[in-house]
Amino acid sequence: MTTAAPDAHTSRDRVTIRFAGDSGDGMQLTGTQFTTTSAIIGNDVSTFPDFPAEIRAPAGTLPGVSGFQIQFGSVNIRTPGDAPDVLVAMNPAALKVNLGDLPEGATILVNEDAFTGPNLKKAGYAENPLEDGSLKAYRLVKQPITTLTREALKEVEIDSGSKDRCKNLFALGVMYWLYDRPLEPTLKWLEQKFAKKPVLVDANHRALKAGFHFADTTEVFTSHYQVPAATHLPAGEYRQVMGNEALALGLTTAAVKAGIPLFYGSYPITPASDVLHHLSQHKHLDVRTFQAEDEIAAVCAAIGAAFGGALAITGTSGPGVALKAEAIGLAVMTELPLVIVNVQRAGPSTGMPTKTEQADLLQAMFGRNGESPCGIVAPATPGECFTMAIEACRLALTHMCPVFILTDGYLANGAEPWKLPNPDDIPEIKVEFMTEGNGPDGVLNGYQHDPETLARPWAIPGTPGLEHRIGGLEKWDVTGHISYDPQNHHHMCELRAEKIQRMVVPDAELIGPDSGELLVVSWGGTYGAVLTAAEELKAQGKEVTICHLRYLNPFPKNFAGALKRFKKVIVPELNMGQLCMLIRAEFMVDAISYPKVHGRPFQVAELVSKFTEVLGD
Amino acid sequence: MTSAVVQLKKKDFESDQDVRWCPGCGDYAILNAIQRTMPDLGVPKEKIAFVSGIGCSSRFPYYMNTYGFHTIHGRAPAFATGLKCTNPDLMVWLVTGDGDGLSIGGNHLLHVIRRNLDVNILLFNNKIYGLTKGQYSPTSEVGKVTKSTPLGSLDTPLNPLRFALASGATFVARTYDTDIKHMQAIFKAASAHKGVSFIEILQNCPIFNDGAWTENVAKKVRKDRVLFLEDGQPMVYGSGKNQGLKLNGLALETTSWEGDEAPADVFVHDSTSESGVLANLLTEFTDPLPVGIFRQVEAQPYDEALMNQVAQAKEQSKGSGLAELYRSGANTWTVE
Repeated sequence: MTTAAPDAHTSRDRVTIRFAGDSGDGMQLTGTQFTTTSAIIGNDVSTFPDFPAEIRAPAGTLPGVSGFQIQFGSVNIRTPGDAPDVLVAMNPAALKVNLGDLPEGATILVNEDAFTGPNLKKAGYAENPLEDGSLKAYRLVKQPITTLTREALKEVEIDSGSKDRCKNLFALGVMYWLYDRPLEPTLKWLEQKFAKKPVLVDANHRALKAGFHFADTTEVFTSHYQVPAATHLPAGEYRQVMGNEALALGLTTAAVKAGIPLFYGSYPITPASDVLHHLSQHKHLDVRTFQAEDEIAAVCAAIGAAFGGALAITGTSGPGVALKAEAIGLAVMTELPLVIVNVQRAGPSTGMPTKTEQADLLQAMFGRNGESPCGIVAPATPGECFTMAIEACRLALTHMCPVFILTDGYLANGAEPWKLPNPDDIPEIKVEFMTEGNGPDGVLNGYQHDPETLARPWAIPGTPGLEHRIGGLEKWDVTGHISYDPQNHHHMCELRAEKIQRMVVPDAELIGPDSGELLVVSWGGTYGAVLTAAEELKAQGKEVTICHLRYLNPFPKNFAGALKRFKKVIVPELNMGQLCMLIRAEFMVDAISYPKVHGRPFQVAELVSKFTEVLGD
Repeated sequence: MTSAVVQLKKKDFESDQDVRWCPGCGDYAILNAIQRTMPDLGVPKEKIAFVSGIGCSSRFPYYMNTYGFHTIHGRAPAFATGLKCTNPDLMVWLVTGDGDGLSIGGNHLLHVIRRNLDVNILLFNNKIYGLTKGQYSPTSEVGKVTKSTPLGSLDTPLNPLRFALASGATFVARTYDTDIKHMQAIFKAASAHKGVSFIEILQNCPIFNDGAWTENVAKKVRKDRVLFLEDGQPMVYGSGKNQGLKLNGLALETTSWEGDEAPADVFVHDSTSESGVLANLLTEFTDPLPVGIFRQVEAQPYDEALMNQVAQAKEQSKGSGLAELYRSGANTWTVE
C-alpha cells in the first residue's frame, strides 16, 4: 500500500461513528465499550442504539441488523449525530441498511469475509457492492475481519464459533486505533465479564489487541485522529448513564428522601423493562418490585400500595398506559399519589416497539374516562431522567394525585456522561401520615383538602381510630363519603383540576433572546437536537429562541408570556402535532407544527433547514 | 397482635353507612357473620382492611368499620397485593363475586391464588349479575334465561372451587348464606390460615336469581343434599346418617347402608392431604353438595417471601446508601 505517511494526530472536535451488524454480532456491546472508553478519557458523548424487536432475526437478513451510533467530542455533545463519519459494517445487510445515512466521503469499514454469495443474496445484492464500484463516493476499507480474528486466536483453545464471536472486538480494536483510544478500560471490563471463563478473557483480549495493532501496522487508514477531552463539563466524579437506569436511580432516591418504601408494579414491555430490572436490584433500600400478571394488575397493585403508604410507581410504554387508564382514574378519584412512567415508543397499537416517538402526550393528558387530570413531566436528556423522576414523585406526594413521567426509547437507551449527585444535596420530600382525626369528635375527614396544595390527608391502614373507606364513587368534599350531589360533583371536578394547576413548577428554560422572530417550543427528548440546531443557526448569524418544556401539566407560569413575545412559534415534536394542539387550544397562539414520526429522533440538519425556512429571509 | 387488645364487639365493626342491598339479599347474612366473627379473631380493627372490586358484593367494605377500598371491576386481588406487600401486618379480606372474580377478574384471581398472598378471599356466588340487573354469570347453568340470553345461555359454567384448586390454592372452602354458624367457623379457619384462603359462599339473589341454591341448602332438603366435610370424619350425610361417599376406581360415588355405623369403605375426609386429588374429586359433586374445608396445606406466603428478600438485601448491603447506589456497576472517572 503506497500512501502518504499517516498524519499522526489530526485533531477533531466531534466525530460520529456507527457500528452495524447482525443482532447476534455484539454491536450493542461494541458501541457501549467505545462509549465508555471515550467518556473515561474525558469526551462528551451521546449514543443511539437502534436494534430490531426480533431477538435473533434470521442471520444476515435486513431485519436482523442491529446498530449503535455514538457522537463523541471535545465540545458539548447533545445528540448522537446526524450522519456517521465512519460506518463499521459487519455484513452486507448492515451495509445496505445503513448506507443511505452516510454522507459522501464517509469511511466504511467492512468485514469482507461476510460478503459471500449467500449473504449478498440475503441482503438483496445482485452484485457484490465491494467490487462493482457502487461505493466509490466513500472511503471503503475492506478487511477480512473474520479471518484475521481466527488467525489472532489460533493458539486459544476454544471452538471456532466462539472465536468468530470475538470479531466485534477486533473491529473495536481498529476503531480504538483510528481514534486514539486506550485499550485498558475494555481489557479490564472483559476480565470482569468473563471472570469465571479465563479462556474467553484471553480470546477477547487477543482479538481487541490484534485489531488495534493491525490498524497501526498495516496503515489501512491514512491518518488517525485525536479527539481531545471536553472542557465544558463541570468538575466532579462522572459515570455514563442511560435514561432507564437514571430513572430507576431517581425513583429510589425519591423514596429514600420521602422516608417511605418504594413499590414498583410493572409488566415487562419494551422499552421500559430495564426500569424494572434496575429497581429489582435496589431492594436493600426498601424497594419492593412486583412483576404483575398484566399491565392492569401492575398499576392496581401500585395503587393498593399507595393506599398502604408506599411511594407507588408503575412503569410501562404506551400500550400499557392504555390498559391502565381505568385504574389511573381511580387514583385521581381516591386522590392517592401515583407515578406512572411511560417510556414512549412508536405506535399506534404494537407499532414499532424498539423505535422512539413522543405520541403519548395527549394520552397522558386526556386518556381516561371523565374529567381526570394528572400531572405530566418530561426529562430532556438521559441523565435528566434522574431529576425528573424525583420531581414527579415530589409532585405526586405533595398534591396526592397521579403524575406521569414521559420519557421515550431514545432517552431510555441513550447514554451520556452523568455527574454523580451528592445525595445530601437532594432535598427531603415531606410526607406526613395522619395520626389522629381532623374532624369533629376526632373523626377523619378524609377529603379535607390542604388550602395550598389541595392534597387530602393520607391516613394509612394500621393507624388506630382512622378506619375509613375509599373507592371510585364520587366523594363529598371534606368528609369523603359517597355523594351523587350534582353541585358537589361539579365542585370536585374543578378541585381535581385546580390541584394540578397548584403544582409549583419552575419556569421553562428560555435559551436565546427574550423576544423576537421565532420561538421554538420543544419538550422531552428532542432537547439536544433542537438546541444544537439553534447553535448552528446562531453560527450562521440567525437567531431563534428555544423554550424547552419539562413540565407539560401544568405548564410553567412563564410559558404563556413567552409565546406572545415572538412573531412566530414553531413546535417540533415526534408526533403529529400534539403539543402544538394543546398550545393552540390553551393560549390561542397560531403555532406552527413541525411533526415527524419516523421512529427516529430529529436530525439537527432537518431542524436547521425547517427553522431557516420559517424565519424567511 | 393479640396482646392488650380491648375485647371488641360486633357493633365495633359496623360502619355508620346504611346498608343498601335489596331486602332479603344473602349479603346481609354474610355481613352479619363477618361482623360476628371479627371480635373473635383478636385483631384490632385498624389492622384489618377489606378490599373489593365492583358489583353488589363489592359494596361490602363500606359497611365494615375497618379500613376499606372499593376499587374497580375485577381487580381487587391486585390492589390487595400492593397493600399487603406494603403493610404485611394487615389482615386483608378480599370481597368479590362470581362476575367480578371469575369473569372480568379471572386473571387476577388466578394469580393472587398461585402467589399464595396472605389474604382471605370471599367469593359470593349467586350465579347472576345483580348490579347490572340480571344478566347470566360465569357460574350460571347452561340454558339460563336472562335479559341478555332470552333463548338461554350457551356457556358452560365454571366451578369456582376447581378454579381455585387448579390455581394452587392452599386453603379452599365452601359455605352458604343461610347458616351463620357454619360461615363463622369457616371464616375463623380461613383467618387462621397463613397464605391465601379461598371461600366460595353460596348466596341467594332474591331479585334476579331467587332460589339460586335452594335445591341443596333449603332447610327441608339440606340434610339429604348437603355433605358437611369434617376432618377425620367419614363423609356421611342424609337424614338417616346412612348415606356417604366412597372411592370407586378414580372417582367418588355415593353409597348407602342399613344401621348406624358407616361401612369402612366410606371415605374419611382429610383436608390437609398434600395432593389436591381428593379435594378435586369433591368439587364434582352437586348431590350431595359438599361444604366445609376442602383443602388446607402450608406454604410460604408471597408477602412474607418478599419481605424476607428485602430484609436479606438490607443485611447484605451493610448500610450502603444512595451514594454507593449511584456508583454501583459503573465505571467512574473524574473531571478536574
